[in-house]
Amino acid sequence: MAVKKNNTIKLKFDSARNLAPAPESKSAAKINPRYDLFINGKFEKPQSKKYFSTINPATEEKLSEVAEAGQQDVNNAVKAARVAYDKTWKKMPGKERAKYIYRIARMIQERAREFSVIETLDGGKPIRESRDFDVPTAANHFFYYAGWADKLEYAFPNRNTLPLGVAGQIIPWNFPLLMAAWKIAPALATGNTVVLKPAETTPLTAMKLAEIIQEADLPPGVVNIITGAGATGAAIVNHPDINKIAFTGSTDVGKIIQRAIAGTNKKATLELGGKAANIIFDDAPIDQAVEGVINGIFFNQGHVCCAGSRLYVQESVFKTVVQKLKDRMETLIVGDPLDKNTDIGAINSRAQLDVINNYLKIGLKEGAEMYQASCSIPGKGFFVRPTIFTNVAQSNRIAQEEIFGPVLAIQSFRTDDEVIEKANNTPFGLSAGVWTDKGSKIFNMTTKLRAGVVWANTFNKFDPTSPFGGYKESGYGREGGLHGLSAYVNVV
Amino acid sequence: MSKSVLKKSSPLLNGNGISNQISEKRLEVLKTYKIYIGGQFPRTESGRYYVATNSKNEKLANMCLCSRKDFRDAVVSARGAFGSWSGRAAFNRGQILYRVAEMLEGRKAQFIDELVKQDSTRLQAEKEVNLAIDRLVYYSGWCDKYQQVFSSVNPVASSHFNFSVPEPMGVVAAIAAQNNSLIGLVSIIAPIIAGGNTCIVLASNSKPLCAVTFAEVLNSSDLPGGVVNILTGKVAELAPFFADHMDVNATVLCEPDTSLVAMAREKAANNVKRVFSYDKTDWLSAESQSPYYITDLQEIKTTWHPVENIGGAKAGY
Repeated sequence: MAVKKNNTIKLKFDSARNLAPAPESKSAAKINPRYDLFINGKFEKPQSKKYFSTINPATEEKLSEVAEAGQQDVNNAVKAARVAYDKTWKKMPGKERAKYIYRIARMIQERAREFSVIETLDGGKPIRESRDFDVPTAANHFFYYAGWADKLEYAFPNRNTLPLGVAGQIIPWNFPLLMAAWKIAPALATGNTVVLKPAETTPLTAMKLAEIIQEADLPPGVVNIITGAGATGAAIVNHPDINKIAFTGSTDVGKIIQRAIAGTNKKATLELGGKAANIIFDDAPIDQAVEGVINGIFFNQGHVCCAGSRLYVQESVFKTVVQKLKDRMETLIVGDPLDKNTDIGAINSRAQLDVINNYLKIGLKEGAEMYQASCSIPGKGFFVRPTIFTNVAQSNRIAQEEIFGPVLAIQSFRTDDEVIEKANNTPFGLSAGVWTDKGSKIFNMTTKLRAGVVWANTFNKFDPTSPFGGYKESGYGREGGLHGLSAYVNVV
Repeated sequence: MSKSVLKKSSPLLNGNGISNQISEKRLEVLKTYKIYIGGQFPRTESGRYYVATNSKNEKLANMCLCSRKDFRDAVVSARGAFGSWSGRAAFNRGQILYRVAEMLEGRKAQFIDELVKQDSTRLQAEKEVNLAIDRLVYYSGWCDKYQQVFSSVNPVASSHFNFSVPEPMGVVAAIAAQNNSLIGLVSIIAPIIAGGNTCIVLASNSKPLCAVTFAEVLNSSDLPGGVVNILTGKVAELAPFFADHMDVNATVLCEPDTSLVAMAREKAANNVKRVFSYDKTDWLSAESQSPYYITDLQEIKTTWHPVENIGGAKAGY
């Protein structure tokens, strides 16, 4: 039988993956075997007497155990925050508040390496991302808002601001330290005090932040950090002496919170889920766009509320883009998050791994075509290969629901109007991306996409000066920048 | 009938050729008060009505007792109108709001009469109508200015151009103040549409006349159909729908009833609707107008684009 000649050029990726390991040292991080609750400036044993373990999702090994705050602990934390608000913080001149916040920023910078290692150990994200993104951006966020504390009279034209009081803040596990910074920094700058609850799978950097806050000599009770799961969060939301809820997490929980505080005077900002459309037009710089799509969906294992999880490619370049995506996926290194070469680390928890795997099944069942990078994944820990689906229908669940993992649903389109319609056809509205070489098209698209953040010829960029937050069911309120201040003040 | 054919000497006729004696007995043409949806004046699909009265319990008119279906129809037309209204030049929206003020000025007497029928004194009525006209002019001016006041160019650390601008939330369902007929209605409609939103507004139940007449003003002001839809009916019956409709982006309540507000806030969570409660506002006061009523109903959109970085010279903003 004659051998069929194949002229297709095949890219070889073996060498790309065979980099020598370059692990960051665990010794850079000091993790206590046990963490108590940070209430009123001191680490207190929980009244509930309960502790739970936090593990390294890349190895499933226990890292430490943290207290589980019960109702009494929440009461104590809120009381400490109330007293600190009335006695100290709301009376303190803005310029003095500012100096405390600057101090926190500096101390995070000083201990950046330690924070990065702990963030990666506890959450599973690649050390490169902890080191180059999470920790520096968190420090910068404190530094940025510190400067607002004595300038609030310039923020709202013809109005003054008053702090709200005690803010209850509940944050997710995808960017543990950064989300703590996003919540605490503007709250303190505007004169509020804080009770913060980190996610139950990633409490460690928040407890490290508590150490810094103690070290910075912040007046006791201004920031209280208590660990726990959903019940602790609910106790914060329902506490009668809380004035403000700031929540980042799923849309489902966001709706529960909105209902829970309906009959109260509590203000709220909700930063919820997303299903961002990333749109590639045929005139886009394809290689850059592909890189942006990779970053948009695989950054932080896809555990990003603004992840570009729906890709729309104009029909004429569809094949090229999909092929280039597949090629680029072959070069991604999935594995040990502490290795500096790693692109995609561990899924944050077994529960989330199950969610993602379930969506892969759903996608296949719905008739979509799945492609996964051929890389090997570690035997232990929670890992998923980077995945794309083609042949996806707009009504498919993988195109409608937030998966929160490294899973991309790809569709094609022909005209501008069609893609605007498809991109906006979702209850979410957190972010969107557009790739084209044409300026007028960029502005047409960015004004018509109903989303709070729109990236043109870039994706997943964040900055303390840049407001972030959603339209529609992606939540309300903004974090970051001048507009982020309004979440924590009454404008009078 | 032309004047020239009339005999001026006739004692029965005045200068207009209309008999003085007959005019005393002349039957007044009563106005049918209907609702305003999609630029049309239909009756409620439910066929229901209620009787609007004054404080002496004298009948003023039969009003439409709107149903959930009327509200849903109004949402469809508000959603349909949103794209082109929000996409219009801000300057054009300003001109249309100004036109509304002009039309209202021209029909001032009619509104004063209606307010007087609904228990205002003539002095109060005049004040209310004047204020409503001035408020429309005020918000007309804001149409192309609030964006500049509340936008920002953000000095991000990376090589990107980054700016944040307000954009309308979309379809707003509003329950107007119930204790007055005109000023409460105008005070919430004006900032909603000045900001590029479209709306469905439930008028005062007890003083509904001016709302319908105001719809006629809107209809003759180049305001596209569907941008403002006005319903009459019961607050308690319709409020749950205003709060839980999945294609409404924000709800505005001017209700002192805290349990109703709590109910609305809870139902609003179905689609993470934004809820604004202006329960303590005195719409006749000077403080009850500000650009913050516009920005309440705006989202902030932030746009990023890379800035090329060649030759070591860094561009920045």
